[in-house]
Amino acid sequence: MSNNIYDIAIIGAGVIGGMIARNLSKYDLNIAIIEKENDVAMGATKANSAIVHAGFDAKEGTLKAKLNVEGSKMMEQIAKELGVKYEKNGSMVIGFDNDDKKTLETLLERGMKNGVAGLKLIEKGEIKALEPNLSGEVKYALFAPSGAIICPYELTIAAIGNAMDNGVELKRNFLVKNIEKKDFGFEVFSSNESIKTKYIINAAGVFADEISKMAGDSSFKITPRRGEYILLDNECKNLVSHTIFKTPDKMGKGILVSPTVDKNIILGPTAEDIIDKDDKSTTTKGFEKIISLAKKYTDKVEINKSITSFCGLRAVADTDDFIINSPIDGFINVAGIDSPGLSSSPAIALYVENILKDVGFKFKEKENYNPTRKSMTYFKDASIEEKNEIIKKDKSFGKIVCRCEIVTEGEIKEAIRLNPQPYDLDGVKRRTRAQMGRCQGGFCTPYIVKLLSEELKIPYEDVTKSGKGSKINVGKTKEA
Amino acid sequence: MEKELVIIGGGPAGMSAAIKAYECGIKDILIIERDACLGGILNQCIHNGFGLHKFKEELTGPEYAYRYEKRVKELNIEVKLNTMVIDISEDKTICATNEEDGIFFINAKAIILAMGCRERPKGALNIPGDRPSGIFSAGCAQKFVNIEGYMPGKNVVILGSGDIGLIMARRMTLEGAKVHAVCELMPYSGGLARNIEQCLNDFNIPLKLSHTVVKIHGKERLEGVTIAKVDKNRKPIMETKEYIPCDTLLLSVGLIPENELTKKANILLNRITNGANVDQNRQTEKEGIFACGNVLHVHDLVDFVSEEAEIAGEGAANYINNNILKDTEINLETDGKIRYTVPQKITLKKDVKVYFRVLDIYKNVKINVYNNKNELVFSKPKAKCAPGEMECVILKKEMLSDTDALKFSIVEG
Amino acid sequence: MKKLTCIVCPLGCEISVYGEKDNFNVTGNGCIRGKEYAIGEMTNPVRCVTTSAKCDNGKIVSVKTQNPIPKQNCKECVEFINKVTVKTPVKIGDIILENVFGTNIIATKNIQGE
Repeated sequence: MSNNIYDIAIIGAGVIGGMIARNLSKYDLNIAIIEKENDVAMGATKANSAIVHAGFDAKEGTLKAKLNVEGSKMMEQIAKELGVKYEKNGSMVIGFDNDDKKTLETLLERGMKNGVAGLKLIEKGEIKALEPNLSGEVKYALFAPSGAIICPYELTIAAIGNAMDNGVELKRNFLVKNIEKKDFGFEVFSSNESIKTKYIINAAGVFADEISKMAGDSSFKITPRRGEYILLDNECKNLVSHTIFKTPDKMGKGILVSPTVDKNIILGPTAEDIIDKDDKSTTTKGFEKIISLAKKYTDKVEINKSITSFCGLRAVADTDDFIINSPIDGFINVAGIDSPGLSSSPAIALYVENILKDVGFKFKEKENYNPTRKSMTYFKDASIEEKNEIIKKDKSFGKIVCRCEIVTEGEIKEAIRLNPQPYDLDGVKRRTRAQMGRCQGGFCTPYIVKLLSEELKIPYEDVTKSGKGSKINVGKTKEA
Repeated sequence: MEKELVIIGGGPAGMSAAIKAYECGIKDILIIERDACLGGILNQCIHNGFGLHKFKEELTGPEYAYRYEKRVKELNIEVKLNTMVIDISEDKTICATNEEDGIFFINAKAIILAMGCRERPKGALNIPGDRPSGIFSAGCAQKFVNIEGYMPGKNVVILGSGDIGLIMARRMTLEGAKVHAVCELMPYSGGLARNIEQCLNDFNIPLKLSHTVVKIHGKERLEGVTIAKVDKNRKPIMETKEYIPCDTLLLSVGLIPENELTKKANILLNRITNGANVDQNRQTEKEGIFACGNVLHVHDLVDFVSEEAEIAGEGAANYINNNILKDTEINLETDGKIRYTVPQKITLKKDVKVYFRVLDIYKNVKINVYNNKNELVFSKPKAKCAPGEMECVILKKEMLSDTDALKFSIVEG
Repeated sequence: MKKLTCIVCPLGCEISVYGEKDNFNVTGNGCIRGKEYAIGEMTNPVRCVTTSAKCDNGKIVSVKTQNPIPKQNCKECVEFINKVTVKTPVKIGDIILENVFGTNIIATKNIQGE
């Protein structure tokens, strides 16, 4: 395949790379997605707030404002096509005093300019009716009915799966080390292989500035911003039904308290600019900050119901806006995609398509393009009749592997067989929720290791948590 | 499907309850077990120490389980393996699923909940640091080693000194791993003294009391942990930080009764035990639904699980035969130093054994029981009580008259 | 004087042993077996070993020493067991290795053949 020249190589299999790939897969093109990790959605996509923002936050006139509002409007339809859970639960920015009220009024005005539908300022009684668990101190709120929630990695897995079904190639464990300009376009090197491509789309998240530099453009810098989160047990699912933000003030934007599409409650993020682009460690300081802030919103929050905590890195550009441009012929940057990146992602994909058109790229529609991806079978949510139908077709759907989240063997096998296949335990977790419940895999991990080993035809002891050196077992007993 | 008695869980509690109910005359019994075999967690507990009370000999977990399994088979009690109950309603309809039957419903006259418990996961602790592989609950590691035959790691630190953690310290050592330390947040161990002796001291494994893991290091596989001593408020003292290189961190930080189904039947859980509240028959607040074993409260000995399950089995049999006697209603209360009692309620004036756990270590104390007029009705001296060890007292029939409450207290002397 | 934690039963009595050879004075034990244990610890401490062994069908079977063996031989005993491949089917109580430190190694689980 070394003589194969791709039309387009997308660097980075996050939500941005994934949505771009899926959009372009409707054309007759030879496309590769290059990802340094063992799975897709491993960077900022894996650990963020999972919110489709309404679009009142970004300053009017910015790319962020434009693409957020457009993207947010497209998301519901895309989620439907990809079989991804999406819920328009509405969001609320809460305020405690008159200063907050003034800020909320500014946000309202900005939101209207940005074209956000249905925004309104509400007060105590109405707030209480919508969110009875919020603190009595909450006096004002900006209510945005178009705010929604979605699972960012579910969306990305589905988008890339759909792109792959339409012919896009995914290359994993390919860490770009170097990019060389060639007469046909570019040659992109990892430490042990290379690919040739006419165009490059740089969607490398926190590493986008480094990729851009390799191609010859050093015009921007990306700073990783740590954001820590706490996830609460689904027992707490009735805490809030809307996504709750705090009015931004001198102390920053605060955290959000929101339901997730999988019926957990997410708290976070903290915000801390750092240097190390791989530092996803959580901190005591972070936990404490999240807890103290969440308690201001509602004293009903039960921190002892936390089932996990994690940290994500947002790619913050020094330009204060998304960087989507083509500084070099054939090379397109899609960089600095921090919040509202997830919300904007469908619109970003179209924007990139237009840049390609502007530089003279010829698109020819594929005849057999299929925009839909079969939804995963969610046994837990099916009716009794549906459940019996599913089990009749494949009896392994009758066997529950993950008891906390009620995930069946059939679902795990299905996930392992679908594009993009998971190669490790975390990949199975992100696709099926097995191991994500309150026991965090305590019971089902050994069984899922066995299923992965059988389905992928690899030795039991070679199964990893998350690729590379993250093996689960170091060998057989008795053989030390 | 109609059944007189459905038992959810085929571990030691479920099997013992089934056998007892059968012996009390109930023949139409179904045991539902989610695993591929009976025995529950005992199958992976290959160490010995089981059965001293019940059989007056030291058995391993699989041997103890087999004694009951054999009896279940001899009695031809129906068992559905690889079957998971996904719902129970208050009117005792059970919804379950397996590969052969699909989703099916059973109307039961009585139900015994015997689902056991699960380990508290790491998320509940929120240890700062990375999220590499190599962090397991002790029970998960036990399954890898004892059932699957694989080693989760070679250099081990254990957080929490619960019995499973102590047992795994010895087990991993015997399989060639090096266990560097067992860290316990509290100033005392939650495990049995004999396990500290034979699992740690025998192998010179240090038990670091009042210590915790403050940071996890390693991006792919675990590379080490930072531990530190904690102060009286269990806050880490950062000056005492110590880095231990290791590829495995086992967590043995407590067990939680697995009561998801109990909640679906609208049974309120006790905030201390995390199990249902029961009377002396182990009947929950919902008539005809009984609970026993670790789903009711976490036991430290399987022998007591079996004993409790027999009470529930007999209770369920009596219920089915309309033979539950009731002549009083006494709530058992505690002073806080005694954290909880099981049962929480007594409804019949006859001798009753009450199990309890204490909050802290107490030496040379008395267990006193007072009636609602604050009169002492029972007193028993105790040289030592510890949170890790379940205690029991027997209340005599005559102590149960003329009161609607009995309060359990620990007093000096 | 030596302080011991009794491992005979879950009570874990704290035992004190005074004196030496042939003339021990044991206090703190809750039962006669505690006394035997304490004297054993002073003269020849023994332990029951529980571990697992490979089977010919790729599975493993749990095993134990039929009687306790000297404490210092526990690790060596496991090494002997690790070299064995047990022929399946195997039943609880089957001897899988004879005469190891004066006792037999027996299976504690039933494993069916393939």
